[in-house]
Amino acid sequence: MTKTSNQPKISHIQRKLIPSYIFLTIVSIISVFPLYWMFTAATNTSLEVAQGKIWFGNYVAENYKNLISQQNLWQAMGNSFFYAAVQTIATLFICSLAGYGFELYHDKGKDRLFAILLLAMMVPGVATLIPLFTMISRMKLLNTVWAFIIPGLATPFMIMMFRQNSRNFPIDTMEASRIDGLSEIGIFFRMYFPMMKSTYAAAAVITFMNSWNAYMWPRTVMKGNSVQTMPMLIANMSNGYAVDYGMLMLGVLFCSLPTIIVFFVLQKQFAEGITGSVK
Amino acid sequence: MNKKKGLGLLARQKAAGWAFLTPASLLIFVMSFYPMVQAFITSFKTGSSANLKWADPLIKNYARMLKDKVFLTSMGNTFLYLAIQVPIMLVLAILLAQLLNNKDLKLRGLFRTMIFLPCATALVSYALIFKTLFATEGLINSMLKGLGIIQENVNWLGQPTTAKAVIIIALLWRWTGYNMVFFLAGLQNIEYSVYEAANIDGASGWKTFWHITVPLLRPVIVMTGIMSINGTLQLFDESVNLTNGGPSNTTITMSHYIYNNSLGTGVANFGYASALAFVVFILVAILATINMKVGDTRD
Repeated sequence: MTKTSNQPKISHIQRKLIPSYIFLTIVSIISVFPLYWMFTAATNTSLEVAQGKIWFGNYVAENYKNLISQQNLWQAMGNSFFYAAVQTIATLFICSLAGYGFELYHDKGKDRLFAILLLAMMVPGVATLIPLFTMISRMKLLNTVWAFIIPGLATPFMIMMFRQNSRNFPIDTMEASRIDGLSEIGIFFRMYFPMMKSTYAAAAVITFMNSWNAYMWPRTVMKGNSVQTMPMLIANMSNGYAVDYGMLMLGVLFCSLPTIIVFFVLQKQFAEGITGSVK
Repeated sequence: MNKKKGLGLLARQKAAGWAFLTPASLLIFVMSFYPMVQAFITSFKTGSSANLKWADPLIKNYARMLKDKVFLTSMGNTFLYLAIQVPIMLVLAILLAQLLNNKDLKLRGLFRTMIFLPCATALVSYALIFKTLFATEGLINSMLKGLGIIQENVNWLGQPTTAKAVIIIALLWRWTGYNMVFFLAGLQNIEYSVYEAANIDGASGWKTFWHITVPLLRPVIVMTGIMSINGTLQLFDESVNLTNGGPSNTTITMSHYIYNNSLGTGVANFGYASALAFVVFILVAILATINMKVGDTRD
């Protein structure tokens, strides 16, 4: 009894938090378990996966051998990296330029145009699929990186994110740069770009992840083995008659690993990226 | 002379502003608005993709929808996912954010990272993970059998009700942490003293949650609500990769059905698919507007 009264106040607070800890632990386990299981399943035989083994096995080399003999794994990994990288660079350039223009040169006309552009957020991807597919195929761009990136080059979300964050860019800097003789585009490259690095980082993480994960559009315009992406590759693997679960989970692991690594290394930027336009 | 030059500079600045936003604006017009108008026009046509003709009567495609059982099922499914999954997810996300916003809680960063982690997984990846977990010969069945809850393997994805439940569980798993991050950001704008005052007044945890946290987070709730409605109405990857719409189209979503009607394995029917897509667009617009109105007027 005497011991309790001597204990600092903090333990009382911690005791009250026990239900919170229990709840958060349960939710955390549920959140992590399917991914943990993906890692273990990739190291087990199909039969072991089906029987519910949840520990690491020693079949990973075998699964890998089967995977690369049946699928163009590294081709698809390369494609996904290439498309996502090009998409990220191009989208960031176009959208940041627009955000910069909308915020730092704003007037009534531009504000009105911005409000109209926001309506594009409501346009469902599946609604524009057919016209865009027709457009891309008329332009003879099917199965090229252009087909992959064009519809995502400018998104209201990205423009809005850069526009909101441009508010932190001091007008004085612009004036000073003009006096120093920098052109308007010069200010963008020399002053705006270096100063907005953290916004660019957040935007890059979110754009890269989105294009790495894209499925419906690539599936529509990227036909054939040599241009397919990782999500397409693993989706095709699971359509087979007899699915090899161990091998499938290894494929899923390859498809997930890059975004999981990006998540762990750049979690702060990722969180900023998804909430980027809410401020 | 000087004055004239100054005006020229201002005009040039103005022109520069327009030049910067033109590429993005043009792209949005060409890649979003123009195709939307085209889809609307195509929705009044019939025939194969190379040979589209005006439908007779013009609203033929729209009339056909009402008798299209699979479409009605897909709409019902989409709304079912919406009505069950979105509220549970948002309440859970706010609750988790509230718990993690407590300064006395230890390991906050670790909990946050773990709960946030699922949204780093590609949509196709997590659909396949859940498909494998819930396979007839899979971990969930062997776990439940081990615990003695079921005697025989359940074909989760082979029966309409359980297949829908799996889709909802998978969606909850993937998106709760994502939404939690928005609420955490929103909570950081709320003064901690508000909670301390509530604590002194003796308000219970639940009371604080419903009477302080939820009202103060209303703008974020509206925004996540709109995003979730928008996302759910456009569900595609999960329907395709988890259940492939099956068994026999009982779990198919609207986007999936539209895809099947246009670029899927079936017969391409651009006119009909466009009409269906336009309905999705109208639904998104209506629900987003309602959500915004509800979020506004309670002030």
